[in-house]
Amino acid sequence: MSTTTDETKEVSAKVEAKLIPIYVMGKKYEVPESLTIMKAIEYAGYKYIRGCGCRGGVCGAGSTVYRKPGDYKIYTGLACQTVVEPNMYLTQLPFYPAIRAIYNFHELEGKPEEIFELYPELFRCVACNACTKVCPMDVEVMDYISALKRGDIVEAAEISFDCIQCGLCASRCYGELPQYHIAQLARRLAGAYLTPRAEHLKTMCANIETGRYTEGLNSLKAMDTDMLKKTYQERELEPATAGEDWTPKDSTYL
Amino acid sequence: MSISYYPGCTLKTKAKNLESSALAAMKELGIKVEELDRWNCCGAVYSLADDDLIHIVAPVRDLIRVKERGHDTVLALCSMCYNTLARANHLMKNDEEKRKTINMFMDEEPDYAGEVRVVHLFDYLRDDYGWDKLKEKIKKPLNGLKVGPYYGCTLLRPKEVALDHPDNPSIFEKFLETLGAEVINFPMSTQCCGAYQVLGNPDAAVKVSHEILTDAVAHGAEALALTCPLCDYNLGRRQNIMQEKIEGSPEVPVYYFTQLLALALGLPAADCHLELNRESAVNLLKDKSYI
Repeated sequence: MSTTTDETKEVSAKVEAKLIPIYVMGKKYEVPESLTIMKAIEYAGYKYIRGCGCRGGVCGAGSTVYRKPGDYKIYTGLACQTVVEPNMYLTQLPFYPAIRAIYNFHELEGKPEEIFELYPELFRCVACNACTKVCPMDVEVMDYISALKRGDIVEAAEISFDCIQCGLCASRCYGELPQYHIAQLARRLAGAYLTPRAEHLKTMCANIETGRYTEGLNSLKAMDTDMLKKTYQERELEPATAGEDWTPKDSTYL
Repeated sequence: MSISYYPGCTLKTKAKNLESSALAAMKELGIKVEELDRWNCCGAVYSLADDDLIHIVAPVRDLIRVKERGHDTVLALCSMCYNTLARANHLMKNDEEKRKTINMFMDEEPDYAGEVRVVHLFDYLRDDYGWDKLKEKIKKPLNGLKVGPYYGCTLLRPKEVALDHPDNPSIFEKFLETLGAEVINFPMSTQCCGAYQVLGNPDAAVKVSHEILTDAVAHGAEALALTCPLCDYNLGRRQNIMQEKIEGSPEVPVYYFTQLLALALGLPAADCHLELNRESAVNLLKDKSYI
């Protein structure tokens, strides 16, 4: 087979993808079997004006809820990541109402009681685990809620780290908790007040304040584009095999 | 025997003095327990509605964690946790229909049929460890401490999970005797402290708590020992409110049973986190030269 670009295009255009039936909000569509749910919905003629963000599985805008024939389970996925399956019944659930408590972060100190006051519904959790089962990111949602009930904010922050705030947990909650908002508060408190501060950051800030890098930055700012490119290209790189004790020849700014 | 330890939420926050003293004491006694690496709130109160199965899910999930870990026993320190776990376990063991419903609902977990044994530190000490062996380990007997054992409700009721005779128990007395203390019996030692009434009807809770303390003092107790963080809240922490509301309400030092155990084993007072107790509780221990 020729490998020239034009001919490849020609060949690929001839390939006909197998079409499979899917049901979008109850209506049947035939879509190519290899598409993601998001592309399949677009293929079926829908246009996203919201409920679609990064298309990379990170933003949390494209939550899909679906079922399969002959199976009572609820399945979830991110529309941009999950590939269609024959006869899946699906709908997009890009948003689910959940109330986020209002607080002045700088007045908080990172105490469990602060979370209990802002989100008293935390104690309505019955450990049914519906939240965990529905999470498209496989976060152990019920476990971080349990951690918060016993005041372990750092543990909750760690367990909820992969949360993309899609809101599916809140959609299924027996106790009507806004889990993802509570987790966000836990991560903020953990980051600001409960985990050790980076000591080197203080040194670095002090260095900046005393003007240690001012001259270097000014000289970079004064360069024209060509000089900037040249300086960048000629910079000294740390070799891939460098040991822990490697230092650059020019250590002016270390 | 392999034992999982189920702490319960309160022991990680308001009742750290119960947990720290118990863990130190168990270590000293050579009782090996491992805290579950995953656990959720047991629900604290066992639902009394016969068909309210959703509230049984939480404690059953904890029991499944014990089984998953390959342990045959789970030990609780908090009376409420003990009661909730033990009753859920009883149901899963004996009620085939409800067991089936709960197992079907929790389809993401392995099936459970009450295989794990739920114990409180009290019945573990009595049935597995033995009072005689415990007595041998006592280094600083609490001689001369006139202490009233306060059982509360959840260690003794209902009878399916009772550690001892629901109306005429002696396990707490035996425990305190073993520590060398002088046990003061008082009629109200198995009455309810007011429990969660403190939230909806605080005056009623204060009244009954006051009656319990007054009864203990009237029978000669100079201190109270108890096992439950909620009892401690009502009978210990709220003594200030009691004294404000009821003239002549007594000041009574209140301890967790594990704090007395740790001190009698000769462990440092730091293990007991006495700063979470009443000032009078610390003062009495100093007066008696236990710390």
